[in-house]
Amino acid sequence: MPDPLPERPRLAPGVRLHFDKTREAWVLLGPERVIEAEGPAPEILRRCDGTRTVDQVIDELAALYTADRTEIAGDVTDMLAELVTRRMVV
Amino acid sequence: MTSLPAPLGLLAELTHRCPLGCPYCSNPLTLDDRTDELDAATWARVFGEAAAMGVLQVHLSGGEPASRRDLLEIAAAAHDAGLYTNLITSAVGLDATRLGRLKQAGLDHVQLSMQDVDADSADRIAGYRGAHARKLAFAKSVTDLGLALTINAVIHRANIGRVAAMVETAASLGAGRVEIAHTQYYGWALRNRDALMPTRAQVDRAMQEMEGIRARYHGRLVIDMVVPDYYARRPKPCMGGWARRSLNVTPSGRVLPCHAAESIPGLEFWSVRDHALPEIWCDSPAFRAFRGTDWMQEPCRSCELREIDFGGCRCQAMALVGDPAATDPACELSPHHARIQALAEHDASQPTMVYAYRGRAVADSAAG
Repeated sequence: MPDPLPERPRLAPGVRLHFDKTREAWVLLGPERVIEAEGPAPEILRRCDGTRTVDQVIDELAALYTADRTEIAGDVTDMLAELVTRRMVV
Repeated sequence: MTSLPAPLGLLAELTHRCPLGCPYCSNPLTLDDRTDELDAATWARVFGEAAAMGVLQVHLSGGEPASRRDLLEIAAAAHDAGLYTNLITSAVGLDATRLGRLKQAGLDHVQLSMQDVDADSADRIAGYRGAHARKLAFAKSVTDLGLALTINAVIHRANIGRVAAMVETAASLGAGRVEIAHTQYYGWALRNRDALMPTRAQVDRAMQEMEGIRARYHGRLVIDMVVPDYYARRPKPCMGGWARRSLNVTPSGRVLPCHAAESIPGLEFWSVRDHALPEIWCDSPAFRAFRGTDWMQEPCRSCELREIDFGGCRCQAMALVGDPAATDPACELSPHHARIQALAEHDASQPTMVYAYRGRAVADSAAG
C-alpha cells in the first residue's frame, strides 16, 4: 500500500538536490544514496520546501510546462510517493 | 583521458587512531602512524580534485575521525568542495558543541556505530567502558541539531540475537537509516573470526527476523544490510566492482580501490602526495589490476553475472584461496566454496568469545 503523502512535502534531513557538473545531471543526494533526478524531477523537488502543499506544487508544474493538470498530478504524486517510501521526502 | 566512468564516492580515512578496540575492525593489522597523517591542506586539495572529477559524496572515516583536532577544518573543506559530507564516528571524542560547529561547516549526515543494545555487552565489544552511554547521548545531539542520522550495527556471534532490538533502538533514537552489517572478515576482524562467526542457524534466524523488521519499518526507516557472505551462495558485488565507483584514501595518502586492498601482495598503490587523484583513478597499477572483467578466470569469465557481482571480493579470494584473481569462494560456483563453509562452521563452533583487541594482551580482554 502506498504511503500517504505529507501535506507540505520537503526533502528529508540529510537529503539535497545537487547539479552534477561531471555527468551534467541533477541528482538527489542522501545517506549512501545518489538518485538521478530526471525530466521534471528537479522542478518538483525544488518546490518541496515544506511551505507548498502538493496541490500547489502540481499547479506550479502545470503552469511551468503548460501541460494537462491531471497528467502532471499523476507524475508528481507518483514520484513523491516513491521518495516518501525511500525516506528522501518527508 | 579515456571514457572511464568517474567515481561517485570517496572514503577519507583521516586517521587510524581510535579510542575503541572493536574486534571486528576491518582496518589492517598494521596501522598508519599519526606522524604520517595527511594534513588538512592536503585533504582540501584531494577533496577539490575529487569533486572536479565527479565524486559526489565523501565519507570522513578512520579510525575515529574525531581524533583529529582539525576535523572541523577538514569537514569544511569537503563541504566547500561541493561534496555531500558524511561523518562516520563512534561518538567518542565528539560532543554537541563540536558537532554543532561541524553542522555549521556544512556536514550533511552522521553515521554512528553501535555495538549492541545492552550497555555492558556493547562496552565489552568496543573494549571501552561507557562508550554505549556516550553514543546514546550523542545520537540525541545529532537529531536535536536536525542532522540526519544513520546507526551502523556490525553483527557477529555476540549480538546476532538482538538484530531486531538494534533496529528498534535506532528508530527510537530518531535515525532515518540503519545499517545491519554482518561482519566482513578483513584486517583485524579476520584475526578474530573464530570469536565472531555466528552459526548458520543464527544467521538464518537473523535473516528471517529481518524480513519482519523491514515490513514493520517500511517507509519509516531505511534499512540496508551487509550480508554474511561466508554462508551465502553468491558473492557480494564488492565495492560495486573494483575501481568502478569509489576510492579510498588512507591516513597517510595512499589511494586504494577498497579498504582492504593492501592485503593483496604485489599491488602498487600511488599516493596523493605524488599524484593527482584523477591520474591515480585512471592509471595507477592497483586500480587497473582488477578493473573490468579482463582479469577474470573461470568460472567468472564466462558467467552471466560477471558484471553484476564482478566475481565478488578480490581481498577475500586472496585471503581464502591465495589468488586475488580467483572467484570469491563465497560463490557456490567456486571450486573452494565448500572450504569457506567449513571455515565458517568450524569457527562458529568454537566455545570461546575471547577477543583479541589491538594493542592489548589477550588475557586483559578476557577480563573485559
